[in-house]
Order: sequence, then structure tokens, then C-alpha cells
Amino acid sequence: MSVEAIRIEDLRKTFTLHGQGGLELPVLRGVSLSVRSGECLALADPSGSGKSTLLRCVYGNYRPQAGRILVNHRGATVDIVSAEPRRVLEIRRRTVGYVSQFLRVIPRVPTLDVVAEPLRALGATREEAAARAASILDRLAIPQRLWSLSPVTFSGGEQQRVNIARGLVARHPILLLDEPTASLDAAGRARVADLIVEVRRRGTAIVGTFHDREVRDEVSTRVVTLHEAAA
Amino acid sequence: MMSDADRPLLGVRGLTHDYGGRLGCLDIGFDLWPGEVLGVVGESGSGKTTLLSCLSGRLVPTAGVVEFLTRDGTVVDVLRMSETARRRVARTDWGMVHQNPRDGLRMNVTAGANVGERLMAVGARHYGQIRAAALEWLGHVEIASDRVDDLPRTFSGGMQQRLQIARNLVTRPRLVFMDEPTGGLDVSVQARLLDLLRSLVAELGLSAIVVTHDLAVTRLLTHRLLVLRRGEVVESGLTDQVLDDPQHPYTQLLVSSVLHP
Repeated sequence: MSVEAIRIEDLRKTFTLHGQGGLELPVLRGVSLSVRSGECLALADPSGSGKSTLLRCVYGNYRPQAGRILVNHRGATVDIVSAEPRRVLEIRRRTVGYVSQFLRVIPRVPTLDVVAEPLRALGATREEAAARAASILDRLAIPQRLWSLSPVTFSGGEQQRVNIARGLVARHPILLLDEPTASLDAAGRARVADLIVEVRRRGTAIVGTFHDREVRDEVSTRVVTLHEAAA
Repeated sequence: MMSDADRPLLGVRGLTHDYGGRLGCLDIGFDLWPGEVLGVVGESGSGKTTLLSCLSGRLVPTAGVVEFLTRDGTVVDVLRMSETARRRVARTDWGMVHQNPRDGLRMNVTAGANVGERLMAVGARHYGQIRAAALEWLGHVEIASDRVDDLPRTFSGGMQQRLQIARNLVTRPRLVFMDEPTGGLDVSVQARLLDLLRSLVAELGLSAIVVTHDLAVTRLLTHRLLVLRRGEVVESGLTDQVLDDPQHPYTQLLVSSVLHP
């Protein structure tokens, strides 16, 4: 049985640029939506309309001015907007995973450790975390000879797949995907789309942006625009 | 009964220091939780080092309260306890990593002795065990074991900084203060040190307060940030939130002044 995983109520986000005379950029003007477990909601708007902003608000990375973002965290409902920082970190460890457009890591850390880290943060042993990281890297066709190297020097497509591996390895019940296939070739896109569908069928609630129509049609169960969601 | 994870390790209220007409810090308050790494950022002269000195009891502030949860579960008032008691807490529960390793190391004794004497200060007496622990810690900070009997002045800046970290962590402190821990090091050495600090902090479950003007360091090392300007906290929050969506004009200026935060 599916449960409501995310409920966003009347979310408002405006950026104020103090360096430019206090210029105000309203991006989200009262967005409301709900996502259940096993659903994949695709946000379909042109670039610059606030899709990434919405995902970042749900992750606690951006601070909205008003509204609520209620997530189901281990059976309890928590509002990300008003939660204390350490609570948000706990929610990120256990409940909400996020795949950003770009990978950001410490230069020296090997790929296998980069991917295993979210599992280590949940208390998995070094061996268990490494085994699961290896399995998902393999699934995303990152050659084993690269696992001991830092992903900093990898190609854009390889970095993106490492980023996806890191975002999916801990099997969070809620997943936010920001253009997960943007720098991938056809084979890479197919692999990632397969994986996303599998994750969704397992009961994960997913919100994402997929500018590639084929990928969007394959992975999503519902498509909305922020314009509709703000109605 | 609350477990220790539900109680702050360090509680700071109303901390103010006035250097006779010039303000060091004003009305600073925050809680530091077990396992949390807090970054304090701001430009030179914003009060970062004053705050660190007040927190660790090396400078007595004009006003305020600093409470610390000790190993045995009692809360002590850092600023009002006796000097003897404060020194005991500092020796057993705290570490202090200085920007300049020369301020944190004894330059005229060997690397091994620099690590070992901290163990002796908390009661270790067995020479073989002390030396074994020193060697183990040199390994943790990636200093070759054949350098154990060398003087720190024969080490590079990066090695000295790693030795200072080993000297601080060998006694398993619960709270580490770091003042610009990667300042003055080459970029490649910085990355190695950051990686090392990050894994040690995570593995040992340490709490730390890291003062730095380098926003990239805070992104990789800290969970939460305080932004200081002229001694006052102008903004605080999750590190990535403060860096990616800064709210205060001063924070926006700091973040936009960096090439790659």
C-alpha cells in the first residue's frame, strides 16, 4: 500500500540579491503538490522556471520564505522548512536522497569510497558498504579499474553515473533527481532509466526533472508543471 | 533519562568580549551536538579567533556562559570552574589544532615524543604501549614509521600539521578546536589534510569547531556554519544551505567573492 511521502503546501521562494540593490527574484509562488511512495513525479517546465529550486528546497539546501514541506521520515511527518539543521541532516542520511547535476567531492577520495560513504554514514561496515557500492557501480557500467581513482578526472558522463550511484546506493525512501541523464549517451541513459524504474517499483517516492522526453516517459508515473502546481 | 546524543556537548549563551572599547564578539549563542562539526567563517578581524579562545577558556570573556558536557555526564561551566579543573577537562576531553603547527608542537622533541607525551599527560606510563600508540597514530596521519625519532623541524609544513593532528587525537578528545587548520598549506596538501580530517572526525565521532576564512574548507569539513561579522553572528544554518542560498548581505558578499566555494 502506498503512503504519502512528500506533501508541499503553498511553498514560496524568492531570491533577494543584496549585491544588486536588493533585487528580488520570485521563483516559487505558492507551489503545492503531493507524492506517494512508488510514484515518480516529473517536473516539466522550461529551464529557469524553478524546478531545481524546488528540489533543493525539499532537500533543505534552499531556504523558502513561506510554506511547508512535509516528509514522511521513519513514519513521522517532519516539516523540512522549519526543522533544525541536525534534524535535516538526519533526514538526509535516512530518508531523502538527492542527485544533483554535478558531483562535488574531495579530490583525493577513491570512487568506491565516494559511493560507499552514504552507507557508512548509516552505520554499514566497511566491507558491506564497499560491496554494495561495487554492485551499483557495476550496474552503471563504471569499469572496475576506475574504482580506486578519484572521480575528479572522469568524463562528464562517468561523473554523472558516479553521482547517481552515490545518490541511490543507500536506498532512501524519497529520491530527488535533478537531470540525472543530462550528460549521458544513449546506452547510459537506458541504464539509468532502468535503474530509476526499478527503484520506483521498490516503493521509492521520486521527484525529478528529466529534459529527455524518452527518459521522462519511461520513468515517470505523473508529469506536472510548476505552473499547474501553483494554481 | 536522556541519552548523551540528546544533550548538547557544548552550550554557549550570550558570549561577549570587549577588548576595552573594541568589540571582540557580541552576544554569541549556539549548541554544539555530539558528532557535529561547526564552522565559523568571516573575514579577518570578524572575531573568529576571539570566539575560539573564549570557548576553550583561554580568554575570559566579558560576559556569557559556556557549558560543556563531560565524559561522566555532568555539565561544567567552563568560564567559572577552577583553573585546575579546566586544565583537566582540556587535557582529557579537548584538542586544539593551531594554524601554525609550531604553536601546537614541541619542536625540540621527536615526532614520537610529541604524540606520546600527550598520552603520558593523561596517565599512560608503559613505554612500549606509548611508543606503539605513537606509531599507530603516525600511521593514521600518514607519516612513515621511520620518521618517529625525527624532530618536527625536519618535516614539511603539511607533515607538521598532520603530526599536530596526531598529537591532538591520540588521547581521543571529544571536542577539537581548529584554527585555520589548512591555512598556509599548498592546495594539494590541503586536500589530503581535509580528507584525513574528515575521515578521522567521522570515524571517531568527534565534535569540532573549525574557524576558517576558506569557504571551500567549510563545505567539505563542517555540518553547520556561523557567519561572523564585526563580532556578531549574522547568519547560521546548514553549511550547504548557507553557502548555496545565503540570506544576509554580508554572507552573499563572502560567497560571491570566492571563485569556487
